[in-house]
Amino acid sequence: MINWFAQHVRVLVSTLRRLFSTPVSSLLNILVIGIALSLPAGMYLLLQNVQGLADQLTGTPQLSVFLSMDASKDDVARIGKQLQQNVGIGRTEFVSREQALEQLKRSTGLADVIGGLTQNPLPDAYVVYPKISEAQALETLRDELKKLGKVDLVQLDSAWAHKLEALLKLGRMAVLILAALLSVALLAVTFNTIRLQILTHREEIEVSRLIGATNAFIRRPFLHLGLLQGLLGGVAAWLIITISITLLNHSLAGLAQLYASNFILHTLSAGDSLSLLLFSAYLGWVGAWLSVAQHLRGAT
Amino acid sequence: MITFSQVSKRYSGGFEALKNVSFDINEGEMVFVSGHSGAGKSTLLNLIAAIERPNSGSIIVKGQNVASLKKGALPYLRRNLGLIFQDHKLLFDRSVFDNVMLPLKICGFDHRESAKRARSALDKVGLLQREKANPVALSGGEQQRLCIARAIVNRPAILLADEPTGNLDTDYANDIMGIFNSFHQVGVTLLIATHDQSTCKQSKARVLTLKHGELQP
Repeated sequence: MINWFAQHVRVLVSTLRRLFSTPVSSLLNILVIGIALSLPAGMYLLLQNVQGLADQLTGTPQLSVFLSMDASKDDVARIGKQLQQNVGIGRTEFVSREQALEQLKRSTGLADVIGGLTQNPLPDAYVVYPKISEAQALETLRDELKKLGKVDLVQLDSAWAHKLEALLKLGRMAVLILAALLSVALLAVTFNTIRLQILTHREEIEVSRLIGATNAFIRRPFLHLGLLQGLLGGVAAWLIITISITLLNHSLAGLAQLYASNFILHTLSAGDSLSLLLFSAYLGWVGAWLSVAQHLRGAT
Repeated sequence: MITFSQVSKRYSGGFEALKNVSFDINEGEMVFVSGHSGAGKSTLLNLIAAIERPNSGSIIVKGQNVASLKKGALPYLRRNLGLIFQDHKLLFDRSVFDNVMLPLKICGFDHRESAKRARSALDKVGLLQREKANPVALSGGEQQRLCIARAIVNRPAILLADEPTGNLDTDYANDIMGIFNSFHQVGVTLLIATHDQSTCKQSKARVLTLKHGELQP
């Protein structure tokens, strides 16, 4: 057990020594890997943040039912009753045209303009909170409410959120394609670094084979090197993302204050961070494996 | 220990390095392979270590037919052989001591046990004082002795030496032959290729003479 542990420590030390024997090119490689990985990972993170925002907004779908301008008090009461009887609707809230005008005056600072109006241009309205949330069912409900009579317009407030959802889907696809392309690029980077390492250690490999080294023995240090380089690249990507998010949050704080919101970008979760590191280490390992395999195939 | 039966080796291009060669070497025997350069001595040694493969015939080493050995089995064959190369094949990116440690590392020996064995091998060839030096700093004779130390550190049953005294002056050459004799005395099977007739004559060992790839009677 102690021997096994000591062997692994020795391998790690010699791998680190190999990495630090060419500090500049190692650092550049790690940076290249880090930047290449931070692009898709950063985009993924931004999408996640927008997704979180969209979830908040679509969490409580609303329908606004605007009545005709000529709707009488009886009509208002009738529609109110019909809305309450509808099984798809949980709660309704009546906003009279006077109330709506008050709200408009208060919230937008247009008091002067509105004060100059000779008559109230706003209709009576019901805000409807349905029990259902599926897009399809909501649209059916909207069509149903339109037919109630003396109803001018039914607005599905979550419609834009669905458009956002579709956009996010597109974004996720783009991230996936970008990640796949950059993964191939990373494999190529590792492949090439390891190939150079193999060339500098060519004599050692040749002698080792002549005195009884197995392919596994020859492969091992290069696999370690690829793995370590990938892992450090992953750490670089993590740092790039974390620092960028921190900087963005700084400038976002001012912007959010103007909108009286406390929106901040969330950084990578522990699980996502771990996935990032494991993935980059794995890519490094695969790149190294391919590189050594190609070299060994050529040798006797 | 080593049996060649009707072994032929032809290189691409048509050059025939070995023609129908057959011989037997017993366990613990010391045998010279002599002949002018290009007679096929190196090819013969390379065939035993499966560095090259014959075109026909069989080569039995320790009961295994090397000619038909699978690639995956080669490392384990070579661990039973001590190879001493004409061009030494030393690694100049590490110390004398680490050069001798390499075969033990390959076999996965415990580090402390390996260090002990490596020092004892260096002691046998008289290089223990130079263990921290870089092989570049060694003379030609010392490099040859280092190559021998690396070949014997695994305690192989068979030692194959290609021109071990090739470009050394007589004193160094005698040194090396003395070392080989001491291995012979402890029961190691030795096969030494040399173009130097005087080395063969000094010793009472059997001599296989190659001429244009054919074994002379």
